[in-house]
Amino acid sequence: MSLLDVVFGRLTFNALPHDLVTQVAVVGIVLLGIAIIGALFYFKKWTWLWKNWLTTLDAKKIGVMYIIVAVIMLLRGVSDALMIRAQQVVGAGDGGKFISSDTFQQVFSAHGTIMIFFVAMGLMFGLINLVLPLMLGTRDVAFPFMNSVSFWLFTAGMILVNASLMLGGFSPGGWLGYPPLTELAYSPGPGVDYWIWALQIAGVGSLLSGINFLTTILCKRAKGMTMMKMPIFAWSVLVTTLLIIFAFPILTATLGMLGLDRLMGMHFFTSGFGGNPMMYINLIWAWGHPEVYILILPAFGIFSEVVATYSQKRLFGYKTMVLALFGITFLSFVVWLHHFFTMGAGADVNAFFGITTMIIAIPTGVKIFNWLFTMFRGRINFKTPMFWFFSFVVTFTIGGVTGVLMAVPAIDFQIHNSLFLVAHFHNVIIGGVVFGYFAGITYWFPKIFGFTLNERLGRYAAYCWAIGFLVAFLPLYALGLMGATRRLDHYDPSTGWQGLFIVAGVGVVIICLGIFFQLLQLAVSIWQRKKNLDITGDPWNGRTLEWSVPSPAPFYNFAVLPVVHSRDPFWEQKEAAKAGHHPARPVYVDVHLPKNSGFGVIIAAFAFMVGFGLIWHMWWLAIVGVIGVIVCVIIRTSDDDTEYTISAAEMERLDHGHNTYAAKEQYA
Amino acid sequence: MMKTYIMVKLTKSVVKRIITVGLILLLVCAAVVGSIVLLHGAHIDVLNPQGEVAMKERNLIVFTLLLSLIVVVPVFTLLIVFSLKYRASNPKKAAYHPNWEGNRLLETIWWGIPCAIILVLGIVTWQSSHALDPYKHLDSNVKALNVQVVALQWKWLFIYPDQHIASVNLLEMPQNTPVNFSITSDAPMNSFWIPSLGGQIYAMSGMSTKLSLVANKTGDFKGSSANISGQGFADMHFTARAVTPADFDTWVHTTQQLTKSLDETSYNELAKPASVKAPLFYKLSDQNLYDTIVMKYMMPAPTNSAPKATTPKPTNMNMNNMDMSHMEGM
Repeated sequence: MSLLDVVFGRLTFNALPHDLVTQVAVVGIVLLGIAIIGALFYFKKWTWLWKNWLTTLDAKKIGVMYIIVAVIMLLRGVSDALMIRAQQVVGAGDGGKFISSDTFQQVFSAHGTIMIFFVAMGLMFGLINLVLPLMLGTRDVAFPFMNSVSFWLFTAGMILVNASLMLGGFSPGGWLGYPPLTELAYSPGPGVDYWIWALQIAGVGSLLSGINFLTTILCKRAKGMTMMKMPIFAWSVLVTTLLIIFAFPILTATLGMLGLDRLMGMHFFTSGFGGNPMMYINLIWAWGHPEVYILILPAFGIFSEVVATYSQKRLFGYKTMVLALFGITFLSFVVWLHHFFTMGAGADVNAFFGITTMIIAIPTGVKIFNWLFTMFRGRINFKTPMFWFFSFVVTFTIGGVTGVLMAVPAIDFQIHNSLFLVAHFHNVIIGGVVFGYFAGITYWFPKIFGFTLNERLGRYAAYCWAIGFLVAFLPLYALGLMGATRRLDHYDPSTGWQGLFIVAGVGVVIICLGIFFQLLQLAVSIWQRKKNLDITGDPWNGRTLEWSVPSPAPFYNFAVLPVVHSRDPFWEQKEAAKAGHHPARPVYVDVHLPKNSGFGVIIAAFAFMVGFGLIWHMWWLAIVGVIGVIVCVIIRTSDDDTEYTISAAEMERLDHGHNTYAAKEQYA
Repeated sequence: MMKTYIMVKLTKSVVKRIITVGLILLLVCAAVVGSIVLLHGAHIDVLNPQGEVAMKERNLIVFTLLLSLIVVVPVFTLLIVFSLKYRASNPKKAAYHPNWEGNRLLETIWWGIPCAIILVLGIVTWQSSHALDPYKHLDSNVKALNVQVVALQWKWLFIYPDQHIASVNLLEMPQNTPVNFSITSDAPMNSFWIPSLGGQIYAMSGMSTKLSLVANKTGDFKGSSANISGQGFADMHFTARAVTPADFDTWVHTTQQLTKSLDETSYNELAKPASVKAPLFYKLSDQNLYDTIVMKYMMPAPTNSAPKATTPKPTNMNMNNMDMSHMEGM
């Protein structure tokens, strides 16, 4: 073994991309990266970036960074989607080869992986960071430093996935990487390793976030906010974090075993020698099914806030909503087998899991009726988030019906792994998760940035997404029933599928138009921010605590921690003010806030080295990474000087600078 | 004679409303026309079943869909009605009860009705899961045909053990005769699916899954793999051809006369990763080939970790014990 092999493992110049599409993408990314780095040097912004953003422990800023990463990844994931559809449009017969079969496999694997782990999860953690502490009436999450570590591990995983574009290619095994296809015998290259280690690193970040937010909810609520006075969004985060804490270790263990198979020639999931791929499929779905609820439940929480606020009415059936959340949480752990009714389990087993699956439709349906009856006898302001809600109810209900269809094992035999399935889960994930997070971003945007987003462009975006969604995915239901399976890069022209693939392609273009409107909306809103300034801190006549502080929310969240007496504390406060009750004079106290720390970035950098080293068999790099992480954790934990203090007097000065109560005087 | 003029003031909001309604109507029309054009003449396999199993599965789809309309219709209606009636911009101000936060009767209704629906559907699910269990042999007075299916990279091998023949990418079967498939894989996991005849089942190496189907009409039906298995996955489609029993016998007889025979050597050649365009036919000279393929993955680990193409002969094991039925408790 030469020195070169030891240093570079199996990394050679061959790892550079071979096909044109990838080369163009890589050159584009590299040029963009150089431009950004150059600009940072030119404008001397490195210190600003490091001090204000990269090392911040402020949950709101970490939330913003999560959302920025997620939006960039959304653009990457949508590009992948465009390539998949473009290939399927030209893929009738053998003639059309827009991208090779090999690239096609990597593209759909990357699309799924990125959309779930780095878009949906990113938006979710981003939004939770932005609003959860504000909603609970606290200044920060329970473990601010761990929050930073979580975010940077998430980013390290994201960079690993995208590095595969440049070096070595991605996994060909789909977003869940079923063995034996992902075992050494069939995929010896680094692609699957990229997938494993990117998810391992990001997954640890997710688990830490789960623990962090659960502790925040349990321990950091404002005085007087009993569990049953928490906003529903907080409840949805609570059950989500429970799911994360129970489910993500399964993912880590499963990927760990697959990693051992690949690195050390073990046989957990190989075809032969005692390995059992069916065990992998059970395990990955024991995580994977709760995972889809991890994504959707916070979206349910967002809609609960959005609908109540814009209907200017209390949420209908609060207790039922909480009950429904817990029902869904419990049931999501006992349905995983419905992802593989076709694996040959007996009729009893299949029927059991089919029935548990359809039972989930009950609490979910109840939630929809509760939202609708929140609108009933309300005064609905149809702002953009309500358009997202409207589209959500329509698409999610269709997705729910097709979900119930697939829950019947005998029906599933006929549509499993067809484009019908693809249409179904996009129906619930785009219509539920994505629309929910977009509603949340639009709703809470002014709280973070101090100005509202442009309404008209937001509506256009919602229209394009909703219509584009229907055009892109309804044909897939028909294609599935016509026998088209998922992940086909070409098909026989005699099947008559091409027309529907073209329509689906048009749908994706309409969705892209929606994304264009969203980017335009952001640009125009920043441009015209003076016109849309949120001076009151309460642009939507809100109900929960986050609207009681000025916009943008100050870095200390609350100058004086609030005391809560009801479920809609800020609404009650405004009603009381209308009735002539003025809030008591605030009593300021010293406030302790976490100092910035660069260890989050550094730990993630070492974690990246571990991943990269294991992918390319550069063992020294992996060892350096592991030692680096351990040393950093020890140094950080032995540092007692992690907080700084704002004195009571200083806090009073800051508070008056923000003129918090000016806004409330209009109600007085 | 008096003339009545209906004056409509074309205010901005009226124009806007007309444009909105027009756009919605246009979209709906485009969708209807588009679907008619696109689906005209297209063969929707799952909804046009050619066999008893697929027929029952289709009926189940229709039943479940209709049942779910009990919830869908009210949801859509309420969504539209409430959105219009309670919008803040509604000139006819509707009732506004900002502190109304629950109603036990209403909530009981929408817990109760879905529960009732799921109860009905649950019973149907339990019964249909047993009635349409892919492992269950179909009732028929005709003797069933046994076919052993092997998913290869990237083609399907069909072995007819009783007829002593084999074919690749063409599954010929007699009409109205139940076919009992034993399915395995000498490749990554695949899924065996003939949508016109009924549900799919996974093809996995080292084990043998089962599926029983019947074709009640003659014709050529699409068959494919529904689970990604590598680069040539899209080429893993085959023709399921149902013919009259007489034609089937003729085909069997012709194939038996072929000189090309399938034994371990020619099988190993066939199993190499490649797609196959035109169907291939063999006479079967190795009666235990299917068992050999399944057992290949049961051997103790050699020093080299990757499964070898050369396979030792299996010991005399009863393959019926190797199927998935013992996995039921999983």
